[in-house]
Amino acid sequence: MLEKVREMMAEQWNIDVEEITPTTNLQDDLGIDSLDLFEFVMAIEEEFGIEVPTEKASEMHTLQEVVNYLEEATK
Amino acid sequence: MLTGKVALVTGAGKGIGKEIALTLAGYGAKVIVNYAHSEGAAKEVVETIHANGKEAFLYGCDVADFQAVEQMIKDIVKEHGRIDILVNNAGITKDNLAMTMKEEEFDAVIATNLKGTFNCMRHASRQMLRQKGGHIISISSIVGLCGNAGQINYSASKAGIVAMTKSLAKELGSKGVTVNAVAPGFIETDMTNVLKEEVKEQMMSQIPLKRFGCTKDIAETVAFLASDKASYITGQTISVDGGMHQ
Ligand SMILES: NC(=O)c1ccc[n+]([C@@H]2O[C@H](COP(=O)([O-])OP(=O)(O)OC[C@H]3O[C@@H](n4cnc5c(N)ncnc54)[C@H](OP(=O)(O)O)[C@@H]3O)[C@@H](O)[C@H]2O)c1
Repeated sequence: MLEKVREMMAEQWNIDVEEITPTTNLQDDLGIDSLDLFEFVMAIEEEFGIEVPTEKASEMHTLQEVVNYLEEATK
Repeated sequence: MLTGKVALVTGAGKGIGKEIALTLAGYGAKVIVNYAHSEGAAKEVVETIHANGKEAFLYGCDVADFQAVEQMIKDIVKEHGRIDILVNNAGITKDNLAMTMKEEEFDAVIATNLKGTFNCMRHASRQMLRQKGGHIISISSIVGLCGNAGQINYSASKAGIVAMTKSLAKELGSKGVTVNAVAPGFIETDMTNVLKEEVKEQMMSQIPLKRFGCTKDIAETVAFLASDKASYITGQTISVDGGMHQ
């Protein structure tokens, strides 16, 4: 799961996979803005066939947090 | 010009909204004709579009209702797969001098015109972001740019639409979504038929082109903004008013 989401992020934002560690802060460290993040959340919604509430989406700051959410949501 | 596009026009049963629906359909768009109260009139618009060999669908929904709008957008996406064009046309007036205006009159106009436009922008922009493209066009008014005695509520709602248009254009610009507004002057519809002759004459004296506008004047401008021909225009409010406001 972690690798898959990491690759999706790298592809969506056009950055190297290596730059994204589980705890890298997506906004502060990678300069991803809230709209980019939101767009990514929509990509995961499609990929995993789930619906992420807006409040949850704005709580995701790192790769690990996204994965934690997904593991919970796709259980 | 708009072949294959899916367009939602709010308040499309009569007046300017009706003309916009007919015009977009004429250019090939699949049009969702929204109404809140005038179901019969909206049905006729759908039938007219069908009679012209084009596609149209009816959808009843009060734009002031946040959740109902969310559902409407979801249903459209479910049914048609996407939403390329949103036209925020639904609007009402409840005129009164500021000192005699009732609180309900102020709130009702803000709820339909300003919040209704926000509700549709809010829910449609999510889908447009997902598609990485779309066009949002909202109907403001000359009154939102100049003010008007007796319309403190309406002019505030229409000025608000100008500001929301600018803000949303900034938010969504990098995602290929354009957001614009059209500010009609005096257009002959039910909304203006009720005005007294003296008022109409006084208006006419301020229109350089010396005629009142027709719904087609607005609809063609909307169609242009909804097309790829206008792809480098965003955040703008285009006046279509015979030169009244310059
Ligand atoms: N006519 C002018 O000179 C002029 C000038 C400047 C701006 N405008 C603007 O142009 C737009 C259209 O005006 P018009 O002249 O065509 O007026 P109109 O003939 O009175 O039509 C207004 C439309 O809005 C719809 N509507 C009202 N409340 C709604 C709600 N809560 N949810 C969904 N739809 C709703 C109505 O449908 P229902 O009957 O089904 O509620 C109707 O189809 C308005 O935004 C108006 O402010 C008009």
